[in-house]
Amino acid sequence: MLSFPRWRMFLCLAAVLFGVAFTLPNVLPDSVLTPISSWAPHQRLALGLDLQGGSYLLLEVDTDALKAERLTNLVEDARKTLGDGQIAFTGLAVANGKVQVRINDPGQIPAAQTALQKLGAPMATGGRDISVVAAPDQTLTLQLSDQALIADGSKAVDQSIEIIRRRIDSLGTREPNILRQGVNRIVVEAPGESDPEKLKSVIGQTAKLTFQMVDDTVSVGEAMAGQVPPDSILLPSAEGPPGTMILVKRRALVSGEMLTDARSGNDQYNRPDISFRFNSAGAQRFAVATTQNTGKRFAIVLDNKVLSAPSINEPITGGSGEITGNFTTESAGNLALMLRSGALPAPLKIVEQRTVGAELGADSVRAGALAGVIAIISIAAFMILAYGFVFGGISLIALLINMTMVLGTMSMTGATLTLPGIAGLILTIAMAVDANVLIFERTRDEERAGRKPAMAIDNGFSRATESILDANVTTLIAALILFQFGAGPVRGFAWTLSIGVFTSVFSALFITRLLVVWWFRSTRNKRLPI
Amino acid sequence: MAWPLIRNLPKETHFRFVALAPYAAILSAIAVIASFASFYFVGLNFGTDFKGGTLIEVSTPGPAPLSQLRNSLSAMGVHDAQVQGFGGPQNAVLRFEPTANVDPAAAVGQIKSKLQAQYPGIKFTREDVVGPKVSGELFKSGLIALGVSIGLMLLYIWFRFQLQFGLGAVIALFHDIILTMGILSICRIEFSMPSIAALLTVIGYSMNEKVISFDRLRENLRKYKRMPLADIINLSENERLSRTLITGSTALLALSGMLFLGGPTIFPVVFAMVFGIFVGTYSSIYVALPVILLWGADRGDDEAQPLKPMNARP
Repeated sequence: MLSFPRWRMFLCLAAVLFGVAFTLPNVLPDSVLTPISSWAPHQRLALGLDLQGGSYLLLEVDTDALKAERLTNLVEDARKTLGDGQIAFTGLAVANGKVQVRINDPGQIPAAQTALQKLGAPMATGGRDISVVAAPDQTLTLQLSDQALIADGSKAVDQSIEIIRRRIDSLGTREPNILRQGVNRIVVEAPGESDPEKLKSVIGQTAKLTFQMVDDTVSVGEAMAGQVPPDSILLPSAEGPPGTMILVKRRALVSGEMLTDARSGNDQYNRPDISFRFNSAGAQRFAVATTQNTGKRFAIVLDNKVLSAPSINEPITGGSGEITGNFTTESAGNLALMLRSGALPAPLKIVEQRTVGAELGADSVRAGALAGVIAIISIAAFMILAYGFVFGGISLIALLINMTMVLGTMSMTGATLTLPGIAGLILTIAMAVDANVLIFERTRDEERAGRKPAMAIDNGFSRATESILDANVTTLIAALILFQFGAGPVRGFAWTLSIGVFTSVFSALFITRLLVVWWFRSTRNKRLPI
Repeated sequence: MAWPLIRNLPKETHFRFVALAPYAAILSAIAVIASFASFYFVGLNFGTDFKGGTLIEVSTPGPAPLSQLRNSLSAMGVHDAQVQGFGGPQNAVLRFEPTANVDPAAAVGQIKSKLQAQYPGIKFTREDVVGPKVSGELFKSGLIALGVSIGLMLLYIWFRFQLQFGLGAVIALFHDIILTMGILSICRIEFSMPSIAALLTVIGYSMNEKVISFDRLRENLRKYKRMPLADIINLSENERLSRTLITGSTALLALSGMLFLGGPTIFPVVFAMVFGIFVGTYSSIYVALPVILLWGADRGDDEAQPLKPMNARP
């Protein structure tokens, strides 16, 4: 009649052991935990950034810049390809997000089309990722396919994640969490880092370094008046008064990818500078370029800004050099770090930034813990007053076991506890009590309707089960939706609530039942004390 | 007083809940209209999550010089600078929109260093910068979350009970959400992403109430085939009254610690939850059930449960 199969008993025991074993690491000191961590559960609850303090940055890869760069490269490649194929052309330029060029000899259009088509990158689905369309007026239009843009963006995100990781790691931030979000976004979470400016200073710069020859064929004044040679570009200079421009060749002699090392230091006048070293390919190219151009000037360009434009006094064959510019010790250090870890494929924009100081986090933990203790004590007092020591006490024990199961599951799965999560936890406690109340009220109904205690208990449980399941499914729906659509702390809340739904149902239908059955078997009361 | 205290509750109550329904309907209608009026005239006090912009929480060595801080911010050329006390007297929260065409994330760094220079000893305990694009997305995903969860609940209740029950529940859920957002609007309490979490929790709790209520109703509909629907609703609500009171009080007790001691960051969330518990309990009795009463419930389709003698209430 009032049965409790043995397998259920073992399940309850296993659940209790599980809950206690996985909750304990949160209260044990390190001195106890470390020696046993090889065989015992040792994961602790991960605290969210709002509880332990830290910084959260949401970065967006600038896909427009990425596309613009790809188009610029396409123009240069097209110029070279057509030149190599001895195809005469005019008006090669980027227009409306496409590259256009007019082929002078109509007979050469098919050859030009075939040659230009090969400029696209091969795609996984076959074919190339650009299309070349000929118009009746002998104009060829090169258009990037949508897949090309998506693939470029995706690749840029992957590369950026790697580079950001290297940059942040060298800051000494502990356990940064760097993840892709959506198509073109990256989340950076740095627990314990309460100064986001430090993070931003190493993320905010693309750090694309190139060495380009200075173009002396026209004066800067003429160039600014519009007479820029097609293979040159005007760039702002960091030297001289603001607004100073320098005309440089578009083609890079050597670029930052060929650096093997970059360190900040001081030059002979004790100004901060950066010393760098090329890899063998870079060293060779730099040696050839400086040999051919001795006496001319070259520009060191960082993110489309000329840092300095020294003259080549003699061929530089050693493969190393120094960069001077208007550096502070700090900016030189940051730049060296960024050059070491590589250039970002595209600029990153910070679209969301959240920082919580460690003190505020600690305050929140204290407030949350206090609120939790108050919740448990007041519920305990209320349940014992309402249902007496037997049933009130049983619901309290079930509640405590439920708590260890929630905390244990969260510790085990590496779930993150956030401040809203604590509110969710407290509400879970209340909902778990509700399941017990439903059972007790049904049992009271049954006894009042004239049933013997054992029968009343049995019926009470079976009648309440359906309501409990239905009610918790709806809560679970709300929690899962929240998990799907929420972000950050809200997800922590949703996860806490979801775990709570499962453990509450289990503790009400298994643990409470086991305790009630045990109590009844040992006392065989004629009347239930509720 | 009998011990345990639950024995002091009358064994049987005969409140005529349904008789009050017309008055409750008027009350609910007024509350809903007042909420909408408040949305229109006062608006929701959107936090940076949904509005975009910058929020900095600071603590100063002495009492926070609110008006000076406000002037300093305006002098830096930011838009819409608001400075308020927050929590203790030494704490303040600064909110502003960055100047147009300035990268907000870069601007906040400069503003902080300027403040640092002007107010030695100032500490930045929290900062949020949300770009306009992200804030729009967050608001949209919040609304989608609310919509999808209500839709799924309608389907679940329809599947487990009847369509009328599902519609009653959903109308009640809208009532709860509107009223909760209304009180947040009237009290100028901040509405941000965690508030959506609170609203979804309110939905969860409210739905929990409705399911328990429907469960009784369904049971009694099968038991008393001839009894008028209004009487069955009264009976069902009286039967589950003790449970309603106890669960409601427990939930309120549990959250009260968090409400008063949780600190100003979490207050909006807990406040919404506490209010939602009241509204959710009320709407189960006075919104969901009256809708079913007006609509009627299917009673003939279900197989009649054999009436066991001891099962029936005297």
